[in-house]
Parts: sequence; structure tokens; C-alpha cells
Amino acid sequence: MLSEIILEMKDISKSFPGVKALDSVDFKLRKGEIHALMGENGAGKSTLIKIITGVYEKDAGLITLQGEPIHFKTPQEAQDKGIGTVYQEIMLCSNLTVAENMFIGRSHGPVVNWKQMNEKAEQLLASLGIPASPMQELSSCSLAVQQMIAIARAVDMDCKILILDEPTSSLDEDEVHKLFELMRELKDRGVGIIFITHFLEQVYEISDRTTVLRNGKLVGEYETASLPQIELISKMLGNVLEDITKLKKHEPVVTDTSVPVFEGIGLSSVAGVRPFNFAIQKGEVNGFAGLLGSGRSESARAIFTADKVTGGEVKMKGKRVKIKTPLHAIKQGIGYLPEDRKGDGIIADLSVRDNIILTLQVLKGFFKPFSLKQAEEFADDYIEKLNIKTPTANTPIRSLSGGNQQKVILARWLLTHPEYLILDEPTRGIDVGTKVEIQKLVIQLANEGMSVTFISSEIGEMIRTCSRLIVMKDREIVGELRGTDLTENDVMNVIAKGGRNA
Amino acid sequence: MASVNVIKPKARMSNSNILFLIAAVIFVLMYLFAIISYPGSFMQFQTFFDLFNLNAPLIIMTLGLCIVMIGGGIDISIGSVCGLVTMACAVFLESDKGNIGGAILISLGIGIAFGILQGYLISYLEIQPFIITLSGLFLAQGLLTTLHKDPINVTMPAFVRLRDFDIIITWLGTKNRLGVFIPCEIKPGTIIVVILLVLLASVMKWSRFGRNVYAVGGNSHSANMLGINVKKTIFLTYVISGLTAGLAGFVYIMTTGAGNVGNASGAEMKAIASAIIGGTLLNGGVGNLLGAPIGTLTLLVINELIRAAGVQSNFQAMVSGLLLYFFIVLQSIIMALRDKKGFRLALPSWLRLSNKG
Repeated sequence: MLSEIILEMKDISKSFPGVKALDSVDFKLRKGEIHALMGENGAGKSTLIKIITGVYEKDAGLITLQGEPIHFKTPQEAQDKGIGTVYQEIMLCSNLTVAENMFIGRSHGPVVNWKQMNEKAEQLLASLGIPASPMQELSSCSLAVQQMIAIARAVDMDCKILILDEPTSSLDEDEVHKLFELMRELKDRGVGIIFITHFLEQVYEISDRTTVLRNGKLVGEYETASLPQIELISKMLGNVLEDITKLKKHEPVVTDTSVPVFEGIGLSSVAGVRPFNFAIQKGEVNGFAGLLGSGRSESARAIFTADKVTGGEVKMKGKRVKIKTPLHAIKQGIGYLPEDRKGDGIIADLSVRDNIILTLQVLKGFFKPFSLKQAEEFADDYIEKLNIKTPTANTPIRSLSGGNQQKVILARWLLTHPEYLILDEPTRGIDVGTKVEIQKLVIQLANEGMSVTFISSEIGEMIRTCSRLIVMKDREIVGELRGTDLTENDVMNVIAKGGRNA
Repeated sequence: MASVNVIKPKARMSNSNILFLIAAVIFVLMYLFAIISYPGSFMQFQTFFDLFNLNAPLIIMTLGLCIVMIGGGIDISIGSVCGLVTMACAVFLESDKGNIGGAILISLGIGIAFGILQGYLISYLEIQPFIITLSGLFLAQGLLTTLHKDPINVTMPAFVRLRDFDIIITWLGTKNRLGVFIPCEIKPGTIIVVILLVLLASVMKWSRFGRNVYAVGGNSHSANMLGINVKKTIFLTYVISGLTAGLAGFVYIMTTGAGNVGNASGAEMKAIASAIIGGTLLNGGVGNLLGAPIGTLTLLVINELIRAAGVQSNFQAMVSGLLLYFFIVLQSIIMALRDKKGFRLALPSWLRLSNKG
């Protein structure tokens, strides 16, 4: 095995206002290896990649490419030096032909020589075994083939380093298999490949080495084959330090266990979760645990029909109901606080008050507005109850801190008195104090008889809050944990052992 | 990897080509229908040529607009720019220094000036093309009325000769009722249309710039990542569109011989309709320049048919509108079917007969 180092990064640091994204990280890539780059959200993977490809400039550190120090200022410079990147989202033009996508933006003459271009494309496609014809319009190719064409383009640009940023997230098993074959072929040619994925099984299937990052720091570099899955997971998640006051363990208020408040049978959605069964009792707090990309959010979105549901049926309190759009779900008494607060949740320019009454107004109908007095009452009530720190109810929500914005959205749902509330990462990006407040509130709501699904990337938080954890991996449910004395290790064990390949 | 069997998928037709094909088939069917219904007028070659002779400015404007639309933009200033050019030419030709070469330069100059201004604002300052070209529309209209309010009939001898110049095709024509052979006539405007069509269609197919326009219109973000200079590409599409609008203005006055405040007013809307009927998608990235004249001619033949049927002119506008609906729906159905998404008629629940969804 060749072990010549082609890319070496030393003591790389990068800060953004308020965040240290990378803190003296080292990274080495050898010729002809597939190197997995692992870490949870915010670990610094994408920042590191963007520094290699010239999208960001590093604050400190040294990068050498084949022994030569480099400093890229634009992605174009990195490309010229033989660093090709293929992103999760395919960066090609689907209205052009396959051949054009491989060569456009690279030639500099004023005239396009179609014949020559098609011949060159034909050769390249054949040499890499990509099942596409040069004159085909790209939109008629499958996603996997499009991904491969993007790779072929990078390869033809004489790349020494190929970065694949979550290339498999939208591919099915067969397509992943084809992509891996292509990766092995390139590896044999001596290309160094950096591979980012959320699928652990894929890391073990294809990579030679693994570098783990956590919170912007290097955890270590390992030979993938000699790193047990459980260790990889614990290195990614870390031993979460308990700086949060220990919350009292929540005991479910069992009223009537015979009929669940919500029951989904064989639910699946366009986001790619495998059909799953799920039920929740009155007054229960459950959680979907798993790594990022395991399907924990996708399951919640399928329940609320935030993603288009493709199969399965739903019962509310034992009665079959049809839920096709989020509005149906709201009318059935389901509330959903989305993961992406900025994109899905708040309306930044509306006032705190208008944001709070929004969902209730939708339920009532837009042609029967609340009187200002009524709206004020609602808003003031919840601003007080949830301790929302805002100058007035009239303040635009965008001027509030993240934690307070989250509380406003929570208030919005509480105002509709849902029977079942789904909270997807309600504690992400907010300060510790507010985190604890939200967890306490969840437990209080459950004690009042509400069913809650609580999802968080911090397993410790979920253990403290939930009475039942559903563990997910690679978009399916791999286990269920109950009990009051669960530890993070229990959860990691289930993740590591679960799955089809284990 | 050599052992892997590479299955060559059949290259299917591109979206641009299939939409062009549909436009062409519809035009041919429409024309055949016209010949059958009104053989007296549509059987004559001259009728066909007159579609070009009289509407050359519209076709020229549509060509430039198509390029802008393929690049993902829109230009609604072209009609007013064309009108402004006719008046500017008329004023210039009637002045002491008037000459034809100068008029051509003025036409192209005004067009390019508008193209550069609008292209710069849209591409480099990233302002909505609709707003910018709407401003351009008002600006050109204002300049036109400021320049001269009353109609000017150009009487300059050299110009009148040019206006009345016809190319006579002696071997093609029809006999009139008295049995006298009348040869077909082609105006210089038609020649300009043909030259411009071949030129611009070639640019879009075989030049690096042309392919970049398709890439930018298809997905400007990807195009940027692929190393295309997106801003420059968009800028140039507006310059071309300004240029064709200016040229259309000169051809316009060459056809009518007069500068008038109402010249080419509303032509931008006809051009947009023509481009869409000709298979250029408003979303960008899809279209074929050969579709531009076909779209224009389809629109015109429909109007001629309605006129021949003796229907009032307001019905012509209505039918044009309905036809445009039809084309857009047809295009989206075809696009949906090709994406293998399947086409479903999505009616709101209150419109459905049964409640079963």
C-alpha cells in the first residue's frame, strides 16, 4: 500500500463571530486511500472541507499539498491544483447533456466542438464504467449517475484529491454500491479520497482511515478496521459533560394505556425513512435517539406530514384518521416544533404576539381575526408563563435571542392545546439555562396529560427528559429503551449493534 | 472495472428539442387548417411571405428575447425601445444630415445602450429583471414622446427607395383572376430575419457563450460552481436583446416608413407570447431559437384566421390569450410526464365531484 502523504493540514484554526469552528486541527490524507471524516453537527467537518477547497480562508495553520505549502483564496484555485469536490447536492446543470456537464466552464475557445467533446466524454464514461451516454440530457440520468458524472468531471480535471461530501444521502442501496465501485477504482489509480457520510456502515465498508472531529477539535485519526463501532460513536458524541443541573427523572402518568393517543402503522415518507410503527400514550414523553441522519427528524416529520407521507396509516385515540397535510395534523391535535427554527418556524418580521397567535389564527380561519385585546391576552399570558424575555409583545421576533425565539414557537403550539406535541431539537443553539427551562416545561406538560416526543442530538438530555427512547440508525428503528436508569452507553450500544450489517 | 458491462441508455430527446418539435407540428397543422379553410388567401405563397414581410420586427425582437429567457431572465423593454428607435430614425432622417448609415448606427446604438444599462443593473447589481426592464420600458416611452409627439412621415428619397425596395422571385408566384402572373415579393426585413436567425441559432448551439446561457438559465448556482462567469453571461444576453430591439426598430421604420408614438407599443407582450409558444420556458434553460419565428408565425396565423372568419378584433386578443393558456398547460403536462413524476390533475377539494380525493 502506498503511504505517501499528499495533503497535510497542521494546526488549522478558524473562528466565526462567537464560535471557534476549528481549533488546531491536524489532518493527513495519503495517496490512494479513502479517508472518512466523521463528526456530529457543528464538529467542524464542513469548515475543514471548505478550507481545503478555498471557500473559507483559515485563520492559522499550515496546509501542504505534496510537500508544497498552499493557500487557496477561491474554489477555482483549489480546482486548478487538483482538488475536486462533489457535494451532496449535485452541482451540475440538468438541462445540458452529460458531455457538456463534464466539460463546460473548462474550455476557453469561443466555439464548442461537439464531436470532439462527445468523443472525449464517451471515453471517460467508458473508462470509469458509468452507464450514461454523452449526448443524453443530464435530467434523464438517475441521481447516482449524475453524482458519478460530477465525479468523472473532477477526475478528468486531473484531480489528486477528491472530496465527497455526503454523496450517498440521496442514493438507494444499489446506487451506493455503484458509487463505491467507482471510488475503489479511483483509489487504485492513486487518488486520495475524503469521504463524509452519516451512515456508519458505509464508513466501515469503504474507508481505510477515519478522522473524528468533535466541537471543532481533533479527536483522533484511526485505522477504520481496528476501530470498533461503539468506540467510533462514543468518540463522535464524546462524554457529554454534565454542566446542566440534574433534572428529576420523569415518571409517566399512566392513565389509560390501552388506547394510544397517536398510533402510526408502517409510516414512510419521501425523506427516505423505512416504514415504521410508532405509538405514544397519554402523558408520555418519548424520544427518537440516533446520530444525525439516522432518521430521527425524518420520522417526526413523517408523523406531522411535514414531508410527504408515502405509506402507512394513522390512528388518533384508536380511530383511523386521514392526515395528508400539516393543517390536518394540527386539526387532529398534533403540534410540531421544527428542527430548522429559522426556515420552518418563525416569521422573522412579525411581532412576538403575531408569531404566538399564528397557528391558533390558522385554526380559527383567517376571516375571523382575533381582537387586539384577545391577542394581547394570549400573548401576555404565555410570555409570562414561559418567561420569554422580550421588551414588548410588539417587538419583531428576529431581535430576540435563539432561546427566546424557541419559546415563542413553543407558546404558539401550547396555545392550540395539542394532545400530542413533537419537539425536534428544541434545545439546539440556545443557552444552558433555557435548555433546562425547556426540559422542565416538557415534563410539566406531560404531567398535565400531554404526550410529547422530544428529539435532541444530546443523548443526555433525552435520557433525562424521556421515559422511553426509540433508537434509530440508518433510517430505521433498531431498538427501544425504557427505564429510569438509562445511560448514554446503553444508547450507544444499541446504535452500534443495530442495523442490517451487524 | 473493465469487466462491468456498460449499458448505453438511449439518448432521449432534450426538453428544448421536444418543445420545439411540438411548436413546429402545431404550426404546420395550423397552417394546413388555414389552407383548407381559406384556400383563396393561404394557398398563395405571397401570404406566407407577407407574414415575414410585415412582422419582421416582431420576429427579430422575439429572437433576442428568447436568448434572455433561456438565460433565465425577461426583457419587457424591447417594444418601447423599438418604438423609440423608429422615432429617433425618423427625426434623424428628416433632418439636414439624415442618411441611412447614420440611422442604422442610431438604431443599434440606442439598443445597445439600453442593453448595457439594463444588463449591468440586472447581472452585476442583482436586481430583478422584471423591475429593471419595466423601468426601461417607461424610460424609452418617455424619451419617445419627448423626442417628437406627432407622426413623422419620412420623405427622404434614399430612404423611400429603401422602403419600397422588393426582392422579386420571378419563378414563384400566383396567377390572379385575369390570368396575369404576379411574382412573389420579399422585403429586406425578411432577409435580415433569416440572417439573424441563422446567426443567433448557431451562437446558441455552437458557441461557448451560447451553451453558458443554457447552463446559467438551467441552474445559475451550479453554473457558477462549474466555473462559468454567470454575471458576464447574463449581462451579454441583455446586450443582445437590446441590440435586436434596436435592429427591430430600424426594420420597423423600413417597413412602415413613419415614426409614430404608437409604434411597436405592446410588442414586448406579443414577443413573450411568441417565445413561449415557440417552446422557450419562462423558467429558463430550455428553448430553441428556431422556435422563435415559429411561435410568432403561429400567433399571427391564428390572428389571420380569426380575421378571415370575420370576427371582431377583440376576439383575436381573447383567442391569443386562451391559446397561451393552452400552450403553457401543455408544456407543463409534457414536462411533468417526462420527469416520470406522473401527471395528476390536482383539483382543489371544493371542485371535486366526489369526496374521495
